[in-house]
Amino acid sequence: MTAINRRATQSDVEIISNKKVGAYHHMVFAAGAMAAYAKPGNFVAISVGGPSSSMILRRAFAIYRASDRGQYGGTIELVVAPHGQGSRWLTSLDIHDRVNMVGPLGTHFGIPTEPVSALLVGGGYGSAPLFGLAEILKERGCRVDMLLGASVAGKIYAPLEGKRSVNSLTITTEDGSTGLSGKVTDVLPSLIEKNRTEIIYSCGPMGMLAAVQEVSQKFDTLHQCAVEESMACGIGICMTCVLPVRDESGVIKMTRSCIDGPVMDGERVIWNSHRRIPEGTWGA
Amino acid sequence: MNHDFQSFDFRCKFGSKYFPYPIFTASGCASSGKELSQFFPLNEIGAVVTNSIALKPRSGRATPSMAETPSGMLNSIGLQGPGIDQFLEDDIPWLLSHNSRVVVSISGETVEEYASLARRLRVVPGLSGIEVNISCPNVENRGMVFACDPVASRAVVEAVRRNIGGELPIIVKLSPDVTDIVAIAGEVISAGADGLALINTLLGMAIDIDAQRPKLAGKTGGLSGPAIRPVAVRAIYQVHAAFRNTPILGMGGVTNGRDALELIMAGASAVSIGTANFGNPSAPIKVKEELEVLLKERGFNSVNDAVGVAHEK
Repeated sequence: MTAINRRATQSDVEIISNKKVGAYHHMVFAAGAMAAYAKPGNFVAISVGGPSSSMILRRAFAIYRASDRGQYGGTIELVVAPHGQGSRWLTSLDIHDRVNMVGPLGTHFGIPTEPVSALLVGGGYGSAPLFGLAEILKERGCRVDMLLGASVAGKIYAPLEGKRSVNSLTITTEDGSTGLSGKVTDVLPSLIEKNRTEIIYSCGPMGMLAAVQEVSQKFDTLHQCAVEESMACGIGICMTCVLPVRDESGVIKMTRSCIDGPVMDGERVIWNSHRRIPEGTWGA
Repeated sequence: MNHDFQSFDFRCKFGSKYFPYPIFTASGCASSGKELSQFFPLNEIGAVVTNSIALKPRSGRATPSMAETPSGMLNSIGLQGPGIDQFLEDDIPWLLSHNSRVVVSISGETVEEYASLARRLRVVPGLSGIEVNISCPNVENRGMVFACDPVASRAVVEAVRRNIGGELPIIVKLSPDVTDIVAIAGEVISAGADGLALINTLLGMAIDIDAQRPKLAGKTGGLSGPAIRPVAVRAIYQVHAAFRNTPILGMGGVTNGRDALELIMAGASAVSIGTANFGNPSAPIKVKEELEVLLKERGFNSVNDAVGVAHEK
């Protein structure tokens, strides 16, 4: 990156829609100019709990869609899973309530210059940023296949309008309640072969991303993934969202997933390094 | 013309150096400044206090290294950083070229490492001060927390003083995790400290009752945020009562102007903003603006007039 947080701004934004969709909430914010610079893969960081809250840290959310014009000016849309205290507070808010938002933050998915065959793999609400990406890839003439997985049907996020921008949609659930029974990696090899996939884009839990990378490596496809590490700040100052990544010269460095990610080259990430620093890491 | 504004003196002083504003960043909470510069001009605060820098690169500790706690957070980052060489090559020139006043925080594992770091910094033009961090709780061996031992604290500060020369102010960062912080403060002041940074984080721990293991990979971590502010107020009050002439850079859970003024009234000459930056990247400017209003509302003509006033009443 040339300048850290270069496009980021901080402002109080109004909620203009909050709808429950399956296990998630689809929320729309009147984010003004912030929306103009948002790209698929970027995220926002939101203060939670109100002014007297004991929750002092921001919560990071991948941007589902961003639009810089419309009835409300620029809008940013999120898909929020209310599974923690902060996200439950956020999803409990009403239309016209305001929250403090910083964004857009982080790296975004890289778009190929040539029309290629792309496969987008999402786990749970990790599918959210992939729909905006699919639209852009389609506009560039790419073939776009999508593979979404979750534990149960209610945790698949696949809105109707999103489905229109893909050539094929495959769904897996671990309990078989919808789509194929199993995990995304069970069907990933056959989809790669069938669609002659050249690049995989993924977003979801770290375990899934690691498994996708393993398959990607076998088939020698490119793999861009949006990693999910817990963050305290989202802007590069707290150093809590680091993970080991091999840099261009081959040195493993603890790298911030907020400013050098969330979108990273899957091949560079040292996977399964939770709770340990891999041997040979710079400065270890 | 605004008469109030003209007559108001917002300066603070550590050693021989004046700073135009009494609001600093806290080391470890502003990285090296670049990240926050998108949200406010860095020269609008007193100084950027950098991450504590070591002689060699440090990977930091494994993740998870952060857990939010009520009105606070635990961290076990473990001073991740590039080491002094790369830091002097990249970060310092960038900060100085953006007109930021810079206090470099240093951390060593031995007295000799602190001395080496001081020698390296002595020849760097444009710095405004050195913070000697002898109190990071996230080193592998808690026995190495110099700030828990008066003899070791003195040895570090003497070594830095000897090697840095007379010009650059030395601010020594102490731990509240001691029985008698006044005794430690006395040792480092007589060893040559120009000022004290109070307080570093408190050692804490949180357990995930579902996974049935510590939330942090490093098990223990430093507690920061509003939860520790009363501890900071107490430590600053005790040390200021004993050493009226030694300026204190106060920190510990300051989120707004009222919090900053509380630390100043306890005896801090300036205030650092740390964990609040994580929740609000423009926190230092917000605190500065609110503090100015609060001081004027109370009839103070300078921030210095408010330092330690709680001792007089």
